[in-house]
Amino acid sequence: MIFFQPYENPFYFFILFIALLPIMISILHGKKIHIYESLISLFFLFLTFGGPSWKQGIALIIYTIYETCLTFGYLYYRKQKNNQLVFYFTIFLTILPLALVKIATAIHNQKLSLLGFLGISYLTFRVVQTVMETRDGVIKQLKLSQFLPFLLFFPTISSGPIDRYRRFIKDYEQIPKQDEYLEMIKKGIHYIFIGFLYKFILAYIFGTLLLPEVQAAALAQRHNFLGISWSLLGVMYVYSADLFFDFAGYSLFAVGTSYIMGVKTPMNFNRPWQSLNIKDFWNRWHMSLSFWFRDYVYMRLLFMFMKKKTFKSRITAANITYILNMLLMGFWHGLTWYYIVYGLFHGFAIVINDAWLRFKKQHPGKLPHNRATKYLAIFLTAHVVCFSFLIFSGFLDKLWFISK
Amino acid sequence: MEKNKIKETVLSVLQDITGTDLSNQMDVNLFDTALMDSMATVEMLLQLQEKLGIDVQISEFERSQWDTPNKIIDRVNGTLQ
Repeated sequence: MIFFQPYENPFYFFILFIALLPIMISILHGKKIHIYESLISLFFLFLTFGGPSWKQGIALIIYTIYETCLTFGYLYYRKQKNNQLVFYFTIFLTILPLALVKIATAIHNQKLSLLGFLGISYLTFRVVQTVMETRDGVIKQLKLSQFLPFLLFFPTISSGPIDRYRRFIKDYEQIPKQDEYLEMIKKGIHYIFIGFLYKFILAYIFGTLLLPEVQAAALAQRHNFLGISWSLLGVMYVYSADLFFDFAGYSLFAVGTSYIMGVKTPMNFNRPWQSLNIKDFWNRWHMSLSFWFRDYVYMRLLFMFMKKKTFKSRITAANITYILNMLLMGFWHGLTWYYIVYGLFHGFAIVINDAWLRFKKQHPGKLPHNRATKYLAIFLTAHVVCFSFLIFSGFLDKLWFISK
Repeated sequence: MEKNKIKETVLSVLQDITGTDLSNQMDVNLFDTALMDSMATVEMLLQLQEKLGIDVQISEFERSQWDTPNKIIDRVNGTLQ
């Protein structure tokens, strides 16, 4: 028996294609066979979480039972009552396994703890939003036969994109018309092939071939002030390129596979390197994550602050919320100084960006606005972003604090 | 509440938030043009709640359904009925 990480190599895609064929044929005949889809999902979960990773498989099963009980339990409660504390406590319980894994990982040096499995943070996003929308009364009913396929949808299980319950169920239950579905297959295959280019060629060149070289060169010059060298600049660019092509490539596989299964999983990237500013960047980079934080953290927190008039000025309220929001995102990545600094860095970057946008609004027509300023903006944004990725990479930790 | 009053209120709320009179650009996309962002959205929902008594949960706020002055007025009318 062979076991895989999702989308790991060409053989995985070969099996994937064979498994998807019956789904394609049945949708083209106007049918979705949910039982077959579930079996395929389970089969691919087994390919990832069986075999050598069986401990993760057990953790996944326990996690799924735990979170399902919580979600359905909360819905049952919410139909009768709506106490704020019960809601907060439920959210606390849904996040608890992830938090424990993050803490255990930080203590035990990057090894997955007993509770952990690949994708736990992405599953947690799905559960939390389902509970929040249940509280808001937007989700009035949950079916196990819909919730489990949503939670365990195999194309997106390991790293997203993060779909929304109501959106997913609509696609899941709907059978696209033949011409519409053919268009989806075409798009899906197109995405997967761009994914090949990104993940297996470009990410390979940047991540496997170039990155170790520039990292070694930068480490050789670590005696410089703060380890600054041209090679370190090289690490910044090469790591950023690798991060983008690797993750965008994976995301394209996940979205492409979903499309072939008749589900329009949201895109994760929209030309992030053309962003005009940092706020624009977060509307284009890892979008399913940043929109999740926008909708379930930022807007709710700000709504509460403004309604209760916690802060005198609305701008202060917005700024503090931006920083809290991005800080939380940093913590979500992991409990190391560089993830947390990465979060804070983006929080402050957005605050500065916002102040600049206000200044521009207050001085209409007084600032130059032409092609040159546009390219300058793109250049600046890309560099602020790349610098933040250098922090995120953890390489500075190695460069500064870990002795040879 | 009559429709004209609602339209007037929505436009004055939007003018207050965006600093722009939008009465002659009822179909402008507020997010694409950066007239609004998520902070402005929260302000708008709060003001609409205060002035018109409508209660929109953040869960129900789907950007694509609220991205022009006309759409916002439609949503408000829909909620009030």
